[in-house]
Amino acid sequence: MSIQALNSEGQIVRYTDKRRWLWSLSLLWPLLPVISCVVAAKTGQAVWFWATWIIWYLIVPVIDHLLPADGSNPPPEVVPKLDADWYYRLLPMLTVPIHYITLIYSAWVIGTGDLAWYSILGLALSVGLVNGIAINTGHELGHKTTDLERWLAKTVLAVVGYGHFFIEHNKGHHKDVATPDDPASSRMGENIYGFACREIPGAMRRAWRSEKARLERCGKGPWTVQNEVLQPLLITVPLYVGLTVAFGWVMLPYLALQMVWGWFGVLTSANYIEHYGLLRQKRDNGRFEACQPYHSWNSNHVMSNLILFNLQRHSDHHANPTRRYQSLRNFEHLPEYPSGYPLMFLIALFPPLWFAVMNPRVVAWAEGRFDRINIRPGYRARLEARWGKRGDNAAAGA
Amino acid sequence: MNGYRRFICPGCGYAYDERKGDPHEGFPPGTRWEQVPEDWVCPDCAVREKLDFELQAEA
Repeated sequence: MSIQALNSEGQIVRYTDKRRWLWSLSLLWPLLPVISCVVAAKTGQAVWFWATWIIWYLIVPVIDHLLPADGSNPPPEVVPKLDADWYYRLLPMLTVPIHYITLIYSAWVIGTGDLAWYSILGLALSVGLVNGIAINTGHELGHKTTDLERWLAKTVLAVVGYGHFFIEHNKGHHKDVATPDDPASSRMGENIYGFACREIPGAMRRAWRSEKARLERCGKGPWTVQNEVLQPLLITVPLYVGLTVAFGWVMLPYLALQMVWGWFGVLTSANYIEHYGLLRQKRDNGRFEACQPYHSWNSNHVMSNLILFNLQRHSDHHANPTRRYQSLRNFEHLPEYPSGYPLMFLIALFPPLWFAVMNPRVVAWAEGRFDRINIRPGYRARLEARWGKRGDNAAAGA
Repeated sequence: MNGYRRFICPGCGYAYDERKGDPHEGFPPGTRWEQVPEDWVCPDCAVREKLDFELQAEA
């Protein structure tokens, strides 16, 4: 199916999205824990409860590297039609109830079945991984300007108890991205565990402050149902209490584990890798330069981009946050990862490996100038001694 | 009262219309651009700040 539009000279421009029907995989992805429960029950093999993890951390990276990277862009003339296409617009919306089905079905399996502890652990972490991706869906929807999409964004974020992201990400992270002021942009030399301790509370505080300031302008205090940080909790709290009443105390470790992996394993991991070391420069007037495409890391790996609604085309997203996923572009000479998010998340969990992979890339990006890097305070001399030389080599080789 | 102006976000095209204000952001209809805080950022994209907004030419 091709989309046509006229260019400025009146000629017809045609565009066929090769990935059009593959985008519907986004509906299948959040169902993986449910499918794995069914297969585990049929086969009696507990390993299936871990299938979602094996697929995300192992199989998706392999597919990413087997398929050729796709750096193609839709022609600008067709973008308005592409954006208006209801097929693309419906997919993120349709995934919203699927995340709830997966959370509740898995709760039922854990609450009523007689599962071994390692099966409960595998299933809880699988639901966490999938519902971490719910934050990605909430991200895609939350950037849009229609009331329906914004309401669905808050709804899907509530499934994993991360509703404040709706405010924090759009009004906090996007404003401060790639600066030392941003708790959701990682610094060179900072490992993911230290970053999480800065990011998770920092993001909550910033969301609360932002919403409090908005409500003050509206002449209201923060404790109102109009507070968009509190609104999603009106879903999360009754849902989690309800599941605990229905299925017993085993829900507490289940819900806690799925939250831990949704928050840390997906969202913190994404924030950790997306702008690692990259820094916007301060201009003479004391303001940071506007976020440019070279302030985000990117990947054109196909499989992970399909699961993540093109989030890995992160540069265009930050330069144009309201642009829809199907229209996000690749640019020349962008900071790039060697792999898609799934493998980069895994690498990030092992700090020496992460530093070995990414520090030379950051130094090459900054052309060896450490004053241009978002760097862990107090660690510049040490990092410069360790990585300065290597960065020169990497830059020369690039 | 007349002379309402429109200011456009150069990043995403969000328009601040003084006539309509933006009640969700806490600016009732008729709120002048000068009354919008200096550190206010575009509510749609947050990439651009008040200082970046451009006055729309009269239609």
